[in-house]
Amino acid sequence: MKANVWYGKERLRVEEVPDPQILNPRDAIIRITSTAICGSDLHIYGGYIPGMLAGDIIGHEFMGEVVEVGAEVRKLKVGDRVVNPFPIACGACFFCGQSQHSLCENSNPNAWMAEKMWGHSPAGLFGYSHLLGGYAGGQAQYARIPFADVGPIKVPSGLTDEQVLFLSDVFPTGYMAAEQCQIQRGDTVAVWGCGPVGLFAVKSAQLLGAGRVIAIDRFPERLRKASDWGAEVLDYEQVDVPEALEEMTGGRGPDACIDAVGMEGHSHGAFGAYDRVKQSLMLESDRPPALREALRACRNGGTVSIPGVYGGFIDKVPFGAIVNRALTIKSGQTHVQRYLAPLLALIEQGAIDPSFIVTHSLPLEQAPEGYRMFRDKQDSCIKVVLKPWAEPPTLKSRQPQSPGQGEPQSGGTPHLH
Amino acid sequence: MATEFTQQGFDRSRQQRTGDSFESRPHIPTARRNRRNRQPPSLDALALAQGLGWFSIALGTAALIAPGSLSQLTGLDGGRRTVVRGVGIREIAAGAGILTQRNPAPWLWSRVIGDVMDLALLATGLRPGNSGRGRAAASLVTVAGVLTLDALAAAHLTRHAGHPLVSGVAAPTDLYFETSIATTRSPDECYQFWRNIENLPRFMDSVESVQARDEQHFHWIVKGPGGTTMEWDSEITEDRPGAALAWRTLEGAQVPNAGSVIFEADPRGRGTIVRLSMHYSPVGGQLTTGLAKLLHRDPQSQVREDLRRFKQLLETGEIATTRGQPTGRRSIMGRAARRWRLTNSN
Repeated sequence: MKANVWYGKERLRVEEVPDPQILNPRDAIIRITSTAICGSDLHIYGGYIPGMLAGDIIGHEFMGEVVEVGAEVRKLKVGDRVVNPFPIACGACFFCGQSQHSLCENSNPNAWMAEKMWGHSPAGLFGYSHLLGGYAGGQAQYARIPFADVGPIKVPSGLTDEQVLFLSDVFPTGYMAAEQCQIQRGDTVAVWGCGPVGLFAVKSAQLLGAGRVIAIDRFPERLRKASDWGAEVLDYEQVDVPEALEEMTGGRGPDACIDAVGMEGHSHGAFGAYDRVKQSLMLESDRPPALREALRACRNGGTVSIPGVYGGFIDKVPFGAIVNRALTIKSGQTHVQRYLAPLLALIEQGAIDPSFIVTHSLPLEQAPEGYRMFRDKQDSCIKVVLKPWAEPPTLKSRQPQSPGQGEPQSGGTPHLH
Repeated sequence: MATEFTQQGFDRSRQQRTGDSFESRPHIPTARRNRRNRQPPSLDALALAQGLGWFSIALGTAALIAPGSLSQLTGLDGGRRTVVRGVGIREIAAGAGILTQRNPAPWLWSRVIGDVMDLALLATGLRPGNSGRGRAAASLVTVAGVLTLDALAAAHLTRHAGHPLVSGVAAPTDLYFETSIATTRSPDECYQFWRNIENLPRFMDSVESVQARDEQHFHWIVKGPGGTTMEWDSEITEDRPGAALAWRTLEGAQVPNAGSVIFEADPRGRGTIVRLSMHYSPVGGQLTTGLAKLLHRDPQSQVREDLRRFKQLLETGEIATTRGQPTGRRSIMGRAARRWRLTNSN
């Protein structure tokens, strides 16, 4: 099959690899129809995620059709159309028993590595480093799904791939970020970052009863999407965000703040330079400008919810603000399994149409271009969906005589290397 | 000695089984103290003690054979040969004690006292007019450094005096450790699964097979270093259904070992805490163990992984793996990681 393979910082190649096999009785294999590039994949692309090995297949937002099931799979059948959650969960351990699936105790075969890094190990994830299991990811034509009865959710044929694909990660992630804010009717919620997670957090906060959602970014197309979804927007290159937030809330600050930016945050001024220098000297693994700002801006006794990914250590975090102003900090990898059914119901009811965030659809072959475009926000890129079975356009134009060719030859395409 | 460890383990489980509640009896702090005391000493400290032992012998020999040169070197005047010879005898005694006795801690403390005496002796070399003043000062600094090392090693090993490696119960190369894991399954389910010896090779990575000779005796075939296999017979020394198991190898085992596993009901009714204690001589001794630890291939890490697999099998019916999944071309690093089984994937 074809897969998007990581070979190092900013080095991706789409190439031919062996097809996945059933390895355990509770596994299933799915033929992937759509897969997306996540903002957190950009951290891998940029070389910020430890525990990656050259040759790893990446990608963790994907959906498709079940083509094979293991002997112990009960709920899924060959032919089912499913969306797959990015954390792998056994459904039987202490944490799965509490619907905290991203903390599953039984799905990370390399738990010892995560223990050395973080003290304890969370669940294994698809395509997200050996620290988190080393599972082959879903930017490929097929994927093996462990514990297939626990993760994937069947989706009705009336909905398009683009409407349901984001149940795999970014929609539940934005939703959990908003849910963690314990929004009371009429609350003001500020969201840093209007990428896919930020946008879903904006929409979810409204669904959960927020009176006012303020979205912060610097790219006009992203701010426009947030505004279309009902947020008031702040361009942090135009205004001083903490000042603007104070003014908008009568000096009190937002009731809840969401950091949907994570470890590669962009900022100006002394702190921005400080973080870049420290990160490049490996004295600080992550850059947290949005988090610092959120902690300062949040009202006394409010909640700061962090769906943005941080991997290691951060500096100059105003911990005194947390203690003295009684802030609540909420974070975590999303317990996607918990949200699949209720959020699918919201999509079916028409309360939200997740396909709203898609800006680009590319054949899998063009994954490396997709990553570059997404990272550099070229062409107003917000979300890239990859189609593993689509003919690459370059091939089509080169081989007009063979339109029905199922397996395009990858050898002759210069853009693969 | 094996029974002693298992006995200790059982005592703890018995306390809880007989219903001594946490409130009515302050046994937790005691247990904690005991456990800390029994924790294995750092391999670095043991290696340091060994190094100091050899240093003692070398210095002592030099002092006996060439007291004049040594005096010269350390800035003392020549008239102290007898004193220096005395120092030599003391050093050799301390070194021999450290290297041969199972508990090196008292001998390390004797070195600490000796170092203080030496400092006093060397201080006499600092008096004005002594031609070797500079050398005496340098010697003072050196001895002060050695004193620090002696004191650190002695203090560490004294702190871990309850451990069989230090207390003299076990040979210096023996290992003792405890590891535990929490599972949602009941103590009875855990016990049943463990007691069915056919299950053992499923979660014990190094075990190739276990055959029952009879209800109490088993024959083990275990993977050794470099593709070899090792075999031994063991007997069950204690068997409490639903609560605990203990075993030890019989006379003549290639790797004598003993262990116990306790299935302790979680106090809040959340399943079981499985506590495994192991005591054995690792193949290759401490040095290889120290190296292996860095690569997560040391016995304690291995047994911890065994327990994790036990939990996975019990809770999910399978062991999470990525071995056999597709990948792109691996680099040398990737292949090395696979070879050392640092990562589960290929």
